[in-house]
Amino acid sequence: MNNYDNELQQLIDMYKEGNVKNVFGDRFANIVINGDKVIGINEIQGINIVARKIEDGVSIKINIEDNVTINNPVHLCFGMTPREGKQIIESQFVIGRNADVQFLSHCIFPNAEHIEHIMKSKVHLHQGARMQYREEHYHSESGGIFVKPELKAFLNENSSLIEEFKLLKGRAGNVDIKYSTTQNKKSNCQLLAKISGKKDDKIKINERINLNGEYASGISKSRIVLVDNAEGIINSKVIARKAYTRGHVDCEEIVGGNDVVASSIPQIKVMNPLAKVTHEASIGRIDKKKLETLMARGLEEEKAIDMIISGLMK
Amino acid sequence: MLLKIKDLSFFKGKKEILKDINLSVDQNTIHTIIGVNGTGKTTLASIIMGLEGYEVKKGSLIFNNEDITQLSITERAKRGITLGWQIPANFEGISIHDYLNINKNKLSPEKCLEFVGLRPQSYLNRLVNQELSGGERKKVELASILAMNPKLAVLDEPDSGIDINSLKYIKRSLTELKKRGATILIISHNEFIADFSDKISLLCGGRIVKEGKNRVVLDYFKNHCVSCDHIGIIKEEEL
Repeated sequence: MNNYDNELQQLIDMYKEGNVKNVFGDRFANIVINGDKVIGINEIQGINIVARKIEDGVSIKINIEDNVTINNPVHLCFGMTPREGKQIIESQFVIGRNADVQFLSHCIFPNAEHIEHIMKSKVHLHQGARMQYREEHYHSESGGIFVKPELKAFLNENSSLIEEFKLLKGRAGNVDIKYSTTQNKKSNCQLLAKISGKKDDKIKINERINLNGEYASGISKSRIVLVDNAEGIINSKVIARKAYTRGHVDCEEIVGGNDVVASSIPQIKVMNPLAKVTHEASIGRIDKKKLETLMARGLEEEKAIDMIISGLMK
Repeated sequence: MLLKIKDLSFFKGKKEILKDINLSVDQNTIHTIIGVNGTGKTTLASIIMGLEGYEVKKGSLIFNNEDITQLSITERAKRGITLGWQIPANFEGISIHDYLNINKNKLSPEKCLEFVGLRPQSYLNRLVNQELSGGERKKVELASILAMNPKLAVLDEPDSGIDINSLKYIKRSLTELKKRGATILIISHNEFIADFSDKISLLCGGRIVKEGKNRVVLDYFKNHCVSCDHIGIIKEEEL
C-alpha cells in the first residue's frame, strides 16, 4: 500500500478548518466523516457502504461481494474539527468468499483538547477472504484525546487479516486498544501496533488471538516507545486450541526517560500438543550496538536515536 | 602514520586483556591484525572506535597527530574513523538505501552495493533486518563503510560469513577504499584477506608479538600459534 502522504496532509488541513471532503477521487471507494456527520460516501463495483447516524457518531456497514478484488484501498476517514467532543464509530465489515480488500483508515484530530474517539469494529471474513486494515492516527500536540479502538474479528477457513495501528503524528493521549480474533481452520491474522508516547500519555494494548481451527496462525506484534513520564502496557495473548496451530506474541517497549512506566505481559496458552506458540518481550533502552553502529557512521547520539525509533515506528 | 597506539593496556574486571600495546598504522595501507580467538583483537577494535565499556585508562591513541583517547564515538567518526562489526546490528524499519545514505557522501548507495556484489535494484528497498542472511548483512555493512568514505576503517572479520565466491567482492571493496585514500585496519583469520595486506601484526595473549610483511608473519602464525599456550588453548598433541 502507498503512503498517500499528500492526501493525508490535505485531510489534516481540511479537518483543522472544518471543510472536509473526499480527496481520493472516484476511483477509490470511501467514506468521510466529521464528528457525527457523514460528509460523503463513494462506492465502486463490488463494495457496498451504508452509514447511519447514531448518538455521538455514525454506524457503518461495509460489504465486499464474493470473489471481488478491490484494487485501490478503500479509504475511511474519521475525525473531528472541534476541540472538544465525542465520536463513536460502530463499524461492521463483511468480506465475501475469496474477496480481497485493503482499507486505509485515517483518524484525524488536529485540534483535539478534550476528545473521545471510540471505534467498535466487527469483522467477518468469509472463506478465503483477505483483508488488510491500516489505521493511521493524527492527533494534536495537546494530549487531550482518548482513543479506544475495539475489534472483534471472526476469520473463516483460509481467510487472512492484517490489522495495523499507527500513530503518525502528535501526542498519543490515552490510547486503549482491545483487539480479539476468533479463527477457523487455516486462517491467518497479524495484529500490529506501533505507538510512541510522551509526557503523561497512557498507552494500553490488549490483544487476544484465538486459534480455534487446525493450521490457524496468528501474530501479535506491538511496539511502544515511551519518553518523559509516559506509561505503556502491553497485554497480548495467543490461545492455541487445535492441532498444527502456530502463534507468536512479540512485544517491544523502548524507554527513554527516568519516569517512564512500561510493562509487558505476553501470554501464550496451548491446549493441543501439536500446537506451537512462542513469545518474546523486551523493555529497555535503545539497543547499544544499534546506537553505536549509527554513531560510528557519524551520527550524533540524538539523531541516531531518532533514526532507530522512526525505523521501529514505520 | 595515521594511527599510533601507545602503551595501551586494557582490563576487563581484573583480567588484563591487552598488555602494553604499541601499534603504528601507516597512512593508506591495509594493515591486518591476526591471532587466535581470545587474544584481544575485537577488544582492540572496540577501543579504537571508543565503544562504551572500552574506555582507555592506560595508554593513548593518536590519530592524525591528535590525541583521540577521550573522544566519543561520534567525534571519532567525524574525524574519519569507523568500525565494521563482526556481527552487525539489525535495524527494524530502516531500508538499505537509508542506511547507506546516512552521510550523503559522494559514493551513492547504488555504487556501494555494486562494489560488494549486491544488485542495487534487488537490495536498496530491503530492510537492514534479520531477513537478510548473515553474509548479505556483512556485505551491506561493508557497503556502509564505503559510503562513509572514511580515513580509517577498522573492520572486524569482514570475511566471516562470506562465501568463498564472494571474497573477491570484499577484496574489491577494500581495494576501492584504499584507492580513495583510506587506511584499513582489518581483524581477520583469513589467509586470503591477510595475504593482500601491506603489513600484518600478530596479537597473542594481549600483546603484539610479531609485525612485518604479510607472508613472513602469516607463516609464523601458522607454524607457531596453533599450539600457542599463552592463553590456555589446548595443544593438538594433548587432544
